[in-house]
Amino acid sequence: MRKTLKFLTLIITMILFSCGGNDKKEGISSDKKEPVKEEVKVPASERINLNNKGVGTITSVDLGLVVDQDMAAHGKEVYDRMCTACHKADKKFIGPSPKGILQRRTPEWVMNMILDPERMVKEDPLAKDLLMEFNGSPMANQNLTKEEARAVLEYFRTL
Amino acid sequence: MNKICKYVLGIATLIFITNCGNNSNTNNSGAMASSKAEKVYVAPGEHDEYYAFFSGGYSGNITVAGLPSGRMLKEIPVFSQFPTSGYGYSEETKPMLNTSFGFVPWDDSHHPDISQTNGELDGRWIFINGNNTPRIARISLETFETEEIIELPNSAGNHASSFITENTEYIVAGTRFAVPNPQRDMPINEMKGEFKGPLSFVSIAENGRMNLDFQLNMPGFNYDLAHPGRDKSHGWFFFTSYNTEEANTLMEVNASQNDKDYVAAVNWQKIAEYVKNGGGKKVDATYAHNVYDHKTHMATSTMKEGVTMVDPREVEDAVFYIPIPKSPHGCDVDPTGQYIVGSGKLSTDLSVYSFDKMITAIENKDFVDESYGIPVLSYENTLAGVVKQPGLGPLHTEFDDKGNAYTTFFISSEVVKWSLETFEVLDRAPTFYSVGHLMIPGGNSRKPFGKYLVAMNKITKDRYLPTGPELEHSAQLYDISGDKMELLYDFPTHGEPHYAAGIRADIIKEKSKKYYELSENEHPYAAKSEAEAKVTRNGNEVHVSMTTIRSHFAPDNIEGVKVGDKVYFHITNLEQDFDVPHGFSIIGANTSEILVMPGQTKTIVWEPKKEGVWPFYCTDFCSALHQEMQGYVRVSGRNSNTPLKYTLDE
Repeated sequence: MRKTLKFLTLIITMILFSCGGNDKKEGISSDKKEPVKEEVKVPASERINLNNKGVGTITSVDLGLVVDQDMAAHGKEVYDRMCTACHKADKKFIGPSPKGILQRRTPEWVMNMILDPERMVKEDPLAKDLLMEFNGSPMANQNLTKEEARAVLEYFRTL
Repeated sequence: MNKICKYVLGIATLIFITNCGNNSNTNNSGAMASSKAEKVYVAPGEHDEYYAFFSGGYSGNITVAGLPSGRMLKEIPVFSQFPTSGYGYSEETKPMLNTSFGFVPWDDSHHPDISQTNGELDGRWIFINGNNTPRIARISLETFETEEIIELPNSAGNHASSFITENTEYIVAGTRFAVPNPQRDMPINEMKGEFKGPLSFVSIAENGRMNLDFQLNMPGFNYDLAHPGRDKSHGWFFFTSYNTEEANTLMEVNASQNDKDYVAAVNWQKIAEYVKNGGGKKVDATYAHNVYDHKTHMATSTMKEGVTMVDPREVEDAVFYIPIPKSPHGCDVDPTGQYIVGSGKLSTDLSVYSFDKMITAIENKDFVDESYGIPVLSYENTLAGVVKQPGLGPLHTEFDDKGNAYTTFFISSEVVKWSLETFEVLDRAPTFYSVGHLMIPGGNSRKPFGKYLVAMNKITKDRYLPTGPELEHSAQLYDISGDKMELLYDFPTHGEPHYAAGIRADIIKEKSKKYYELSENEHPYAAKSEAEAKVTRNGNEVHVSMTTIRSHFAPDNIEGVKVGDKVYFHITNLEQDFDVPHGFSIIGANTSEILVMPGQTKTIVWEPKKEGVWPFYCTDFCSALHQEMQGYVRVSGRNSNTPLKYTLDE
C-alpha cells in the first residue's frame, strides 16, 4: 500500500513536473541550459576545431608534406605588409597570434577568414565568438588575392 | 435548359468579374507606373540611373547627385579649401590651389563638361572652370578627385569655359572681362581698342594632362559662353560675345546699346595647325600648373612661363564674327553639328544659324562688315531660321535624341521645347523660378540620352521650408521622353549651379576606384606597415609617419615634442578595403582634419603652443572601437631635454 502510495506520488509529481515543463516555453528552458554550457567553454582563440572549414570560397587546401620555403617567404612579405598592424607572432595583439594556428584550425578556415572576414563573422560561429573575444574589433579585409592568402598560410606553418 | 443557361451565365459572369478584377489590377499598376512619384523613386539599396555633376558656383566645387532621385552623392572639392577631407589644408593638396597670385583658396566654378570620344561622353574626366582667378580643373571620374588645375594668364573672368571638343583635343577658356593684354597700368576709360579678350585653347593629352597650347588675342569684347562644333562642324568653336560697345561703366545700360553683338566662329583646327608650324608669337606670361599624383598622393605646383599668342587676323579664313541679337548668352550646337542656336537674352526671338550656310558665306566672302580686321558675316545669309517669340530672356539650349531643342527663358521663367526641323514651339513648361541653364544628360554631345531634363533655377523663394534669408538653389527634374514635358520633382542643390553635366551611371560606376593600392603608395613619408611607423626630428621639424587601421594609430603615444616645433603628421591608412577611411585631428591645429582613404598618405601640420599632454583622435567612425582610436602627444618646454620617444602597446 505504501509502495503504491509512493508510486502514485511519484507519478503525480512527474505529471506535475511535466506539466510545469509543458507550461514553460521551449526557448526559455533552452536559455536556462545555455549558461551551464558556456561555463565550460574555452576561449574561441584556444578552441580546437579541425573539421570546420569556415564559410567562403575556399573548400579545400592541399598542404604539402614539407613547407614550400619560397611560398612561405612570399607569405611573410605579404603578412608583414598587410597583417602586422593587428597580428604579432609572439603575442596576442589586436587579434590573435597566428602561431600554431594549424593545430587549432583547418587551412580552409584560415584562408576563408583572411579572404572574407565580414562573411565569416556573420556566418561562422567560431569566427563570431572570436570577434567578441577580441572586443568586437573587426578583422579588416585587406583584399589579398587567393595566392597571397595561400602564401600567408604557408608562412604560418613556419611559425 | 433555362437553369443550365443561368448556370453558364453565372460562371461566365464570375469569370468576367474575376478577369476584370485582374485587369483592373494591371491597370492600377499601370497608373502607378506613370505616377510622378514612382518615376523619381529609387528604392532603398537601388542605384540611380544617371550621375549629374552640378557646378557649385560660389562654393567653387562640384556636387554629384543621382538622377532621377536628386539624392546628393558627394561634393568634390575643386577650387575651394574643403575641411571635410582636408583638401587645400593638407600639405599634399595645398599646391593644387597655387596661382601666379599666390595661394587662392576659393573660386567661382561654372561649367562642368565630361570628356568625349567621337562626340560621345566617355566618362574619363570632368572639367570645370574657375571664373574669378581664371583656371580650369580636371577631375578623375575614377577617383572623383581633382587631379589637375591650370591657370590661364592674360584672361579675366574665365566664363566661356570649360567646353570640350568631340575627341577631347581641346578645352576652351574665353575672357569674360576684357582687360589690357598684357596687363598694364592705364586709364579705364581708354579701354576701347586697347583692351583684349583672349580665348585660351588648352590641349588635352592621352593621359588627361592639360597644356596651354595658344591664346587667340580677340578684340576686347566680353566672351560669354562657347560650344564646340559637333560631327560635321567638328573643328570649329563658337563663342558668344557681349559689350561689343566696349563700354566700361554703367554696363547694364551702356553694354546693351547695339542691336546686335557677335558670335565668334573660330576654326581651331586651322589655328592649331598654324601654331604647330611655328605660327604665333611667344609672349610673357606666368601661370601655375598644378598636378596631383595618385602614386605619391601629392600635388606639385609648377610656375610656367610664356604663351603663344595668335593674332586672329594672321590666320587666313580662321576667325569670323556673325551678328546675333542683343547681348547673347548661350551658343549651343545641336547633335548633328548643323545648327548653332544663339540666345540673345534681351531679344524675344531665338536665332538658329546653319553651319552649311556659314561655310558657303565664308567661301563666297559674303561679308557685311569687319570689326578690328575680323570679317563679319551676314546675319540673314547664315541664318537657318528663327524661333519666333518663344519666351522672354532666352539663355541656354540643349537637345534630345529625337530632333528637339529645349531652351531656358530666364525672364518668363520657363523651358520651351521646339523642333529643329520646323523651328516651331512644341511645348512649354514653367520653372520655379527664373531658370538659368538646363541640362539633358549627354545633351551637349552627339548622343543625348533624352530621358530627363534638369532645370537649374536662380530663385528658390517658397519651394522648400524657409532657412533664413539664404536658400540653396532649386533644381527641377522633367521627364522629356514623351511629347509633353512633365515636371517630376524639385530638389535643392549646393552653391549656385551654373550648369551641370549628366551621364548614364553604368559608363562610370564599374570603374570607380574602391581604394588605393598600398603597394603602389610612393609618398616619401608613407609608413606602409606598422614596422615602418616612426618619429624623426630635423631641427624644430618633427615628422611623424603614423599608420591607421581599425582601430588604432601606430604610434599612439609620442613624447619629446617641444613648444615651437612644427609637427608633420603623415598618416597612412593601412586598410585595403572599400569605404574604410580614417580621419586624423589634433587639439588646437590651425588647419582642418584630414580624411585618409585606404592606401593613401596625407599630412597635416601642427604647431604646439602650450606644454601639456594633448590628444589626437580618429574623426571617421570606423568600427565599434572607433571611440578608442586615439593617442597623446606630450609637449615639453622649448628648452627641455625630454627625449623623442614613440610607442604603441608598450
